[in-house]
Amino acid sequence: MIKNYQLPRKVYATEEHAMFKKTVEEYFKNHVLPHREKWEEQGYCDKEAWLKAGELGLLGITCDPKYGGMGLDFSFSAMLIEEQSRYGAAAPGISMHSDIVIPYIEKHGSDFLKEKYLPGCCSGELIGSLGMTEPSTGSDLQAIKTFAEDKGDHWIVNGSKTFITIGYTSDFTIVACKTSKGAGSRGISLIILDADMPGFSKGKPFKKLGLKTSDTCELFFEDVKVPKENLVGELGMGFIHMMTELPRERLTIALTAIGAVRGALEHTLAYTQERKAFKQPICAFQNTQFEVAEIATQLEYHCAFVDRCTELLGEEKLTAELASMAKYHSSDMQCKMIDACLQLFGGYGYIWEYPIARYYGDARVQRIYGGTNEIMKLMISRSIYADFFQEMKAAKKHAQKQMAAAAN
Amino acid sequence: MSTFFTEEHELFRQSLRAFLEKEAIPHIDQWEEDRRTPRDIWKKMGDMGFLGLSYPEEYGGLGLDFFYDVVFNEELGRCNSGGFAITQQVTQYMSCPNILKYGSEELKQRYLPGIISGDLISSIGITEPGAGSDAQNISTTAIKDGDHYVVNGAKTFITNGVYGDFIVTVVKTDPEAGAAGVSLLILEQKMEGVTSRKLKKLGWHSSDTAELNFDNVKVPVENLIGEEGRGFYYLMNGLQLERLVAVPAAVTGCETAIEMSLQYMSEREAFGRPINKFQVLRHRIAQLASEVEALKAFSYHCCEMYANDIYDVKLCSMAKLLATELCEKVATECLQFFGGYGFMEEYPMARMYRDVRVGTIGGGSSEIMREIIAKIVIDGQGYVKPKSSGNGIVERKASTPGGNGKSDNGSTDTAETTPDISIEEIVSGIQAKASAVDALGKTLKFDFGGEQITIDGTGADNQVSASNPDADCTINLSKEDFHKLVSGNLNPMNAVMSGQVKIDGDMGLAMKLQSLFS
Repeated sequence: MIKNYQLPRKVYATEEHAMFKKTVEEYFKNHVLPHREKWEEQGYCDKEAWLKAGELGLLGITCDPKYGGMGLDFSFSAMLIEEQSRYGAAAPGISMHSDIVIPYIEKHGSDFLKEKYLPGCCSGELIGSLGMTEPSTGSDLQAIKTFAEDKGDHWIVNGSKTFITIGYTSDFTIVACKTSKGAGSRGISLIILDADMPGFSKGKPFKKLGLKTSDTCELFFEDVKVPKENLVGELGMGFIHMMTELPRERLTIALTAIGAVRGALEHTLAYTQERKAFKQPICAFQNTQFEVAEIATQLEYHCAFVDRCTELLGEEKLTAELASMAKYHSSDMQCKMIDACLQLFGGYGYIWEYPIARYYGDARVQRIYGGTNEIMKLMISRSIYADFFQEMKAAKKHAQKQMAAAAN
Repeated sequence: MSTFFTEEHELFRQSLRAFLEKEAIPHIDQWEEDRRTPRDIWKKMGDMGFLGLSYPEEYGGLGLDFFYDVVFNEELGRCNSGGFAITQQVTQYMSCPNILKYGSEELKQRYLPGIISGDLISSIGITEPGAGSDAQNISTTAIKDGDHYVVNGAKTFITNGVYGDFIVTVVKTDPEAGAAGVSLLILEQKMEGVTSRKLKKLGWHSSDTAELNFDNVKVPVENLIGEEGRGFYYLMNGLQLERLVAVPAAVTGCETAIEMSLQYMSEREAFGRPINKFQVLRHRIAQLASEVEALKAFSYHCCEMYANDIYDVKLCSMAKLLATELCEKVATECLQFFGGYGFMEEYPMARMYRDVRVGTIGGGSSEIMREIIAKIVIDGQGYVKPKSSGNGIVERKASTPGGNGKSDNGSTDTAETTPDISIEEIVSGIQAKASAVDALGKTLKFDFGGEQITIDGTGADNQVSASNPDADCTINLSKEDFHKLVSGNLNPMNAVMSGQVKIDGDMGLAMKLQSLFS
């Protein structure tokens, strides 16, 4: 039931959404949360969880049914992301797999690649990851060093990638490679590397501050021989392909943020009514009341913006700038609000068996991955000042021309 | 060189830093992994003389001034391990000062030399699953039975509570008496009936944190620290030191984070230049560096006052609040400078980020600090330091406004003379005040030992009389103290906290004294 202080979520308003939400709940309560401690210990989640998700139709939600997908619109994915985050479940990395990897193949890949990878992706038998970041290159994608040398009917790939989400458990990785040197962003292509190709090796899952059930690792490529048909999209167009996918990727982070805040707030509301200090429940203190009012308000405000972005994405009108705003602001909000929630738990907030510590650890990277929030601001401001800088550039060029003419 | 440190202080700092860089810092990754600080580091520190800096020489200490403790904490802060630092701070500044200040000679001889040599590790057991900062509501009981107490109850969030040797435990020796029933009792970890469970935490991984259970633990009466019923007062007196030592460690922790960030930012390139050339990042560093410098000056100011025996609750609470909040800010922002590497364990900021988070919770949360500060700056509640008694960890007493505190041996060092007034005069005097406030809803009795007045607030108004019914709450105090309460010369909260007045029954009702006498 929607309480007076909660916005009606128009994007999730249909009967199908309500049914879908039940499936999602059943999945996380029965097949994910009971295994969380074991997965935290080992640093990755078990394959069974992926297969179960596939069985329940939670993988490839937006993917064409002819490849085993559900053929639903993005709002169902959005709901899944939000609910998963609400449960505080970092794994399995469904969103990375379904909302990032699968669309790359479906939208840009050849029929051969679609038939080869998508059915397995939708059933959970194949897990895919995306390799962009390198040890010395984050958001500055043009500076990547991984190189795919053209050898006629195949590529030879050398290089390394880092911070690869579900890299350790994935069966294949879409790797951003340079296919021609010196061509800048035009020299980047996307190539699928299977984990069992000779010369492809992986580091152990990184130990991280949070997201402990989700594996993140380094990938190493040493003379990996890759067939030519593994190219995703057009040669030299990798950068452009990646740019077109950015709005959805960034929106998934914003959705994760609001889901997490909702989950944390729910736990906090329960705790502040149970826990007593100075002989009264801590929700009786004005400080608690104000903190909770702030968190609930921030949450609803961000929901409104994020829901609008979800709608726009469905209409294929979501711009990278708006998505950047959603990512940056929601993740900042998430960190601040979960910090406030943890504080209301007092000492228990710091203890791992209480859920709020996990929300806290998981939140921090939201401001970093998918492009740091600093990069988001850079993107937003570039767009704001685009005309000004373009004119300045033109004026500079013009002046240079005139000076050259004068010198002659 | 700063004005606060002599050449000797700096020499000490050098030797301590060299020691920690060799014996602690290289091993902290392992300690974090093991979820404990091993015993041998305590022993090594003890051998070097680091564990009894301001403790008296007769117990193996060095009898040095407080600024050696400041150096000690600053250097702990540079190790980037809140877990390691807290294991040391708990023993040195939170649990054992109670033995030193209030314990019998026998207890001092039994425990302090071992602490100072590094052979013994101690903890302090205050918090319970149901009671955090409101320590007077604890439910662990110690019931006297001949030559021993029988202790039952539970404590939680106890640093050193898994691998330590003994626990300075806050117990109720009089379960009915509220704050006046609180006592400090030493329980040994190996005593029958003491069990511990190690808690998993968000951070502070190299320290052990326990939930302790006491099941009919037999504790010899000799293990009582000081007097029965004075525990709450002892605790309150120790809080300033406990809060203060967190501050120098916080300052150096922040400085270390900034140093590490500057190093990384000079090496890491993005878009073709080192990231320390980006204006936004430069401004953030400038801001953080300024705030840390200001905190450092404030830290030294508070430490100097403490070294000069000035007991300033307001400044200590403010310093704890600001220092722990700034640590969170610095750790958060510095982690961001590291980008994706900030989230990885191989880089230093992930640990600092999770370690600092407990700063605004432990030792009285930021909310509790703000409560205390608000009471002082808004309600005018005051604390004044009475007479001096030496350097370093020495006894410091809370006093009531105007310096009319009771000293530890029970004598009243007031110069005021109290007029001899009759019960009838008191009744009529208090009736006016009582009529001015809302009905209490319950009965409150002031027992002067033989004589009493009762405020019956069960009706529409508060009715004051000299009758002697069974009241919901009884406050035992002298007529002199009552007179001081009424005349505003004794703060009710302080009087309760210091044990000067004893309360039986409904504590909530006693809390209304403030409004009654304001």
